[in-house]
Amino acid sequence: MRETWEALALYFQFPFVRYALIVGVLIALCSSLLGVTLVLKRFSFIGDGLSHVAFGAMAVSAVLKLNSDLPLVLVITTLSAVLLLRTGQNAKIKGDAAVAMISVGSLALGYLLMNLFSTSANLSGDVCSTLFGSTSILTLTPLEVWLCAGLSALTIAAFVVFYNKIFAVTFDENFAQATGVNAKLYNLLIAVLIAVIIVLAMNLVGSLLISALVIFPALSAMRVFRSFRSVTVCSALLSVFCAVLGILISIVQGTPVGSTIVAVDMAAFALFSLAGAMFRR
Amino acid sequence: MALITCENLALGYNGREILRGLNFTVPPGDYLCVVGENGSGKSTLMRTILGLQAPLEGSVRTGDGLERREIGYLPQQTVVQRDFPATVWEIVLSGCQGRQGLRPFYTAEDRALARENIKKMGLAALERRCCRELSGGQQQRVLLARALCATRKLLLLDEPVSGLDPKVTAEMYELIARLNREQGITILMISHDIAAAVRYAAHILHIGDRVFYGTRDAYLKSGAGGQFLTEGGGMA
Repeated sequence: MRETWEALALYFQFPFVRYALIVGVLIALCSSLLGVTLVLKRFSFIGDGLSHVAFGAMAVSAVLKLNSDLPLVLVITTLSAVLLLRTGQNAKIKGDAAVAMISVGSLALGYLLMNLFSTSANLSGDVCSTLFGSTSILTLTPLEVWLCAGLSALTIAAFVVFYNKIFAVTFDENFAQATGVNAKLYNLLIAVLIAVIIVLAMNLVGSLLISALVIFPALSAMRVFRSFRSVTVCSALLSVFCAVLGILISIVQGTPVGSTIVAVDMAAFALFSLAGAMFRR
Repeated sequence: MALITCENLALGYNGREILRGLNFTVPPGDYLCVVGENGSGKSTLMRTILGLQAPLEGSVRTGDGLERREIGYLPQQTVVQRDFPATVWEIVLSGCQGRQGLRPFYTAEDRALARENIKKMGLAALERRCCRELSGGQQQRVLLARALCATRKLLLLDEPVSGLDPKVTAEMYELIARLNREQGITILMISHDIAAAVRYAAHILHIGDRVFYGTRDAYLKSGAGGQFLTEGGGMA
């Protein structure tokens, strides 16, 4: 045990490890807040779909040799989020099919582009890193950390300010709109927020594992708690706890950051399911 | 002056027309029941009145100080709501959301209104309970309390008793009739339970192949109502 602590203390002397922890906590917090709404609105897979779009957008910006891929990725992902959430109700192609279509389409195109126009010597390494986020969290620059912190703060602030409206729109969109709530506007807000979170979270867990970060804390919290507020608070706390634990384990054991965090999230889900089942007896 | 006036209304969705030439009014204090078979356009009419979709032709106007967003609406339960983690209190309070504008948090006034409506629906003891753990009748009363937070004048009820057992159904109808009688709240109810419609409503709008709009008594005498009642087993 003592050696573990000493090893951790040693690692924390490096700024990039501290950055990773800060960014990890912020991303985990943001993604879990919106996760509750997405799970309840039956949009669990939207995180997955959007992250593949973000992957495609990254490939495009790599081909265009842009210095920073963040702005382009953010714009493309946000547009896709708006389109996907809008097609939710009355579209000819239903919500889940639309998500699946955009998701695999952009994944394939992204990989194709990276192959055709590759400038890197280690293509499969690049792809693997983008998909599973294996190293990008440990190579953050201070600028990226500040950007991430700023966007996270904005997301959390928006969630708190619009909390009651998000609840109304999530619980019953028709009632909300009929009684004068601008449901379309708040759906748009949810779409934009989720896009921002996805793009941020790609750094932490990579584009294939983002859904886990979004849905597991919310699902775990729902096993045990029965009010929207307590589910949201529990989901946020649990997500931060799992992210910190996952990052620490991966530092000490040398495991990939993203998949370790997701594994911890899954363990937490199992525990909460058990607790929920016992509680109800 | 009527709360709601529908003039020469044509209804439909995706460009397909299912009903046209519909004229009726809802004066204050009325109890109007809209009946008709499945697919006759009841739900489309309701969505049009609420402003959730536009009429193909004609107009729906609100008057007598009623604004479109002041219609209290009791929807049918959706799949999403069946396992939604939310307390009675959270759901009822969300009925006040329409008046909030950009204000982020509820005022003391909103909370008092929610508390009053919870009490009115006999739910005070269940206020902190999770809604999905309540019985079907209790859940309907929660949604009714929420609708009352959104309106003081007009309730629009969409099949308020579907899925309830006969005893709870009768209680629900009594509760709605009492709101109409004692609180002076205008009721606009969509239903395919014609027996209950002719028992409680003051006016009936029957839509379908033949359209009827008039008082309950006229409906009973008319062919449309009589035929329907004998086919449907009559008023027991």
